[in-house]
Amino acid sequence: MSKDDFILKAEGLYKSYRMGATEVKVLKGVNLEVKKGEFVAIVGASGSGKSTLLHILGALDKPDKGVVKFEKRDLSRFGADELNRFRNKMVGFVFQFYHLLDELSVLENIFLPVMAGKSIVGWIVCRRWAKNRARELLGQLGLAERAKHKPYQLSGGERQRVAIGRALMNEPKLLLADEPTGNLDSVTGDSILDTLEKLNRAGQTIVMVTHDERIAQRAERIVTLVDGKIEHKSTRI
Amino acid sequence: MFRVSDFDIRIFHILLMYKIILAIRYLVKRRITYFAVLAVALCVFIVVVVMTVMTGLVIDFKQKNHRFVGDCVVGTESLVGFAYYEDFMEILEGQDFIAGVSPVIKSFALKRRRGSMRDEVIEIMGIDPVRHSQTTGFRETLYYHRDDVSKTFEPVDDTNLPGCVLGIDQELQRDAYSRYAQEVGPGRMDYSISCFPLTAKGAAAQAGTDMVNTKTFSFSDNSHSGLPRVDSWLVYLSFENAQRLCGMAGPVKRANAIHIKFKPNVRLGDGCEKVALLWQSFRQKKAEEKQAYLLDAVTVQSWKEYRRASVAPMEKEQAIMTVMFAFVGITTVFIVFVVFYMIISHKSKDIGILKSIGVSNVDIIELFLGFAFLVGLLGSGAGLFAGWLFLQKINRIEDWLFEHFGFQLWDRTIYAIGDIPNQVGFEVLVVIVLSAIFTCLAGALVPSWQAAKQKPIETLQVNQL
Repeated sequence: MSKDDFILKAEGLYKSYRMGATEVKVLKGVNLEVKKGEFVAIVGASGSGKSTLLHILGALDKPDKGVVKFEKRDLSRFGADELNRFRNKMVGFVFQFYHLLDELSVLENIFLPVMAGKSIVGWIVCRRWAKNRARELLGQLGLAERAKHKPYQLSGGERQRVAIGRALMNEPKLLLADEPTGNLDSVTGDSILDTLEKLNRAGQTIVMVTHDERIAQRAERIVTLVDGKIEHKSTRI
Repeated sequence: MFRVSDFDIRIFHILLMYKIILAIRYLVKRRITYFAVLAVALCVFIVVVVMTVMTGLVIDFKQKNHRFVGDCVVGTESLVGFAYYEDFMEILEGQDFIAGVSPVIKSFALKRRRGSMRDEVIEIMGIDPVRHSQTTGFRETLYYHRDDVSKTFEPVDDTNLPGCVLGIDQELQRDAYSRYAQEVGPGRMDYSISCFPLTAKGAAAQAGTDMVNTKTFSFSDNSHSGLPRVDSWLVYLSFENAQRLCGMAGPVKRANAIHIKFKPNVRLGDGCEKVALLWQSFRQKKAEEKQAYLLDAVTVQSWKEYRRASVAPMEKEQAIMTVMFAFVGITTVFIVFVVFYMIISHKSKDIGILKSIGVSNVDIIELFLGFAFLVGLLGSGAGLFAGWLFLQKINRIEDWLFEHFGFQLWDRTIYAIGDIPNQVGFEVLVVIVLSAIFTCLAGALVPSWQAAKQKPIETLQVNQL
């Protein structure tokens, strides 16, 4: 596969929600292409539909109309099991509010995606590998000393790094980040962006949603979403 | 419907590690879960205790009835009795499935203690004590002649009068601990027993003269069957004396019943069926005899049928109790439902997270059902242990309550109950535990289903936090 191949391609995406008697049209024909190894930022004001777009790209939601292709395969043709496998293996999500499981330790949160895909026997077989990989990720994210802590014992920045670790656990082809710095102070946010940049430099494809132009500047390419449509595309020089 | 291979995959899927870990963590970390466990434990405790006591009482009562009657009874309700019983006994004794046969005279009589002016209505039972002991548990009910039942009707103080065995409650009082003052004993007591002899046609046998046959007996023993009615009303006499008193000792002798005991390897139903067939054939053979009409009223019944009137009310009580516990079960389902509804409402974010990493709807249901299974298992385990512990001490607790507060579950001066039954039945426990777990699964099913239906994007939105 060459670098110009699209890992992700969205064509004519429409999405609307009902709010009481009113139908709110969120996406009005979005087209987007993401190449393998790209770092794309989707920028837009609050309510512009950027999070909805990200959820559709990650198969957490379905469009009313339009097609999302991942490595040339139409996601709408995936069965339930295939979609689950896609979410488990192919994409990793990083949410604004971290979304870690409070009952699990930091280490357990990180290797959760591996555990979620294995039976007891499968888990016993790959347990050592999974734990080593999780520890390796924790080391890379600067959280080696926090493995046994619970999420509520961590700072916001640390939690977000744990969320990134979890998203990367299964070595996904695509990392989707929804306002990853939105809940952090600027210094901590910058460190998270540094991490994402570092991952991108290592070959990780990233699609990040943000409302902050300054943060978006850290991406390789910026896509602006206005009123449910892609208005402007720019590439960082 | 799963195919075999799908089912195998499903089994492995159910055992996914994160479900086990999360179910255990939810159980440990969520304090509200403790209430669900407590509710299940309390219900199991109550059910174990009451079912054990109730089942114990019913089983004990049935065993006493079985011991009193033997396995099968060929007899009639009519006080006239039936003829040719000796011929039929001979046939029965020739059968390889029969261990014992005992002819019985049954009737009503008046009993008057010597020196008293008061007559008491009683039931008399004429038996051959040796035969009756081979057929029923009669020997074990005696106090003085257990070792030599052939002398059952020989009075203890060696009078010339024939002996009689009294149901123990007729002369002895039970104390509050259900004990009889047996060591004091009744001493020498004579009783005149009066019967109304009947002809084979059912008319008064001595009409126009003295209608009543009266004979004096001396106390020879007490019989303690544990059946209140028997111990309060029944007087055993020798078969011959009872037969004469009832006017059944004529040229064609009559009896009211033949009690039968089967050999140990014979199933009750099979044995009774064989006896019924023998009786049918016997009736046909005797059809031309003078008193053959008396055989028409004779039935062949197992001990359960024969004592149905006594056992049925107790079984009914047990059935009512079971229905009541079904309501307890429904209450538990509701409690578990509410608790799980609350837990799952608070866990919607987790559901969104799990779905975002590829967990399926079925996995979500299984996760929460696994959680419910643990609640059921822990709750029933705790309830079972507490119930078992309580049952081990139940009689001591009752004694203590009686000594300090005068409280007894059953007043032993009224009820023929010794110790409260506390033998826990393994099968009953298994059923209770399985029911408790099933109840928890049932209570958690709807909330789990609702959880699985939640869309991840809805649960992961900021306003869900």
